[in-house]
Amino acid sequence: MAKISFGGITKEASLDMLPDADIGDYVLVHVGVAISKVNEEEAQKTFKYLEEIGELGDLEDVDEYLPKSEERA
Amino acid sequence: MKYMSEYRDPVLAKQYLEEIKNTVTQPWSIMEVCGGQTHSLVKNGIIEMLPEAVTMIHGPGCPVCVTPLNLIDKAIYLASKKGVILCSFGDMLRVPGSKKSLLEAKAEGADVRVLYSPLEAVKIAEENPDREVVFFAVGFETTAPANALSVVHAHSRGVKNYSILASHVLVPPAIKAVIDDEESKIDGFLAAGHVCTIMGNAEYHPISEKFDVPIVVTGFEPLDVLQGILMVIRQLEQKKAKVENQYSRIVREEGNPDAQKVINQVFEVKNQIWRGIGEIPDSGYAVRAEFADYDATRKYDVTIEEAPEHPDCISGQIMKGIKKPFECSQFGKTCKPTNPLGAPMVSSEGACAAYYHFSGLVEV
Repeated sequence: MAKISFGGITKEASLDMLPDADIGDYVLVHVGVAISKVNEEEAQKTFKYLEEIGELGDLEDVDEYLPKSEERA
Repeated sequence: MKYMSEYRDPVLAKQYLEEIKNTVTQPWSIMEVCGGQTHSLVKNGIIEMLPEAVTMIHGPGCPVCVTPLNLIDKAIYLASKKGVILCSFGDMLRVPGSKKSLLEAKAEGADVRVLYSPLEAVKIAEENPDREVVFFAVGFETTAPANALSVVHAHSRGVKNYSILASHVLVPPAIKAVIDDEESKIDGFLAAGHVCTIMGNAEYHPISEKFDVPIVVTGFEPLDVLQGILMVIRQLEQKKAKVENQYSRIVREEGNPDAQKVINQVFEVKNQIWRGIGEIPDSGYAVRAEFADYDATRKYDVTIEEAPEHPDCISGQIMKGIKKPFECSQFGKTCKPTNPLGAPMVSSEGACAAYYHFSGLVEV
């Protein structure tokens, strides 16, 4: 069993399903069992998604803009 | 709390809503499978802020709601047996059985205990060797590892007075059943992020391919749900149908292999009755024969006659996404969380309870 802080409140949870969890990791706990470790890099994706699809949209639209490229430059 | 509050940012939520509005060119119906997502949608007012062209259909992903009436009657019967301690998640207590609820059984003197984890039930069994402890093991794939682990713990510690009354339901067969239902017309799905945390995404690829529907594995915070909806709509508008993972901070493609191992050790797949929906092939778990001593249905004679549902409750149509809670004539009138006619009015993941508490349709 591991001690897990839930925003300041400490509870025990089983690490049977997450044997490689380490001190300082953020984990998802469900009914007393830790079931997943938060991937910090992936966690940023929701904040960047709109930007990314915006850039993707610009790329998809590139043909439209081609004749005007001189103006854009 | 880190990795939670950031996903409630109102500025970014507005940007997501704006992008959804700019992307939609025609009406789409999207089912959020999980009741946790239903609550996030209703509680945060997302449903009202979405463009009219986007209709959210609430799915059957509330384990408490789909637990068969007969099994609740069995739990009540076991709880009332002399010497038995019936342990359960809190959500189950108010769910109406055919005659009463577990809470009413408790009021009549049954030893019913609300637990946070099935692992605590094993401890209670160890501390009470002269009593029989039964855990009402309700849940989707997310809860199955913990319930299975409780059996493994009891077995390895030689605890003989512990068993589970299992009622497990599985999401992918339910999605197939929903698509197959002629009455439902769903263009895309938000799959339940926590279910996929355990099982991974493999089962969803063939469904998406076969039925030509986008499926986006989605989390539960407002930004998660909004991003999931946007991802589904982008696929629909681009005439694509594939599985995407919005909840990648938690869900790995392969799921959690250690959890799957424990599930497979204790449970095997079986046909399962979903309350309000009926039997869905291969959509539940039964305790394997090797662990028969820990299976309450084998340990005790619990044959209880099937009882009819309350005639005024339309929870089946609610859970298949055919009707919305406020379209029920009993909603907020005879049926309230304090006096529910059906399970979706009870559970924290039930669609009726979500609308009752958060939609502003009922003066609470």
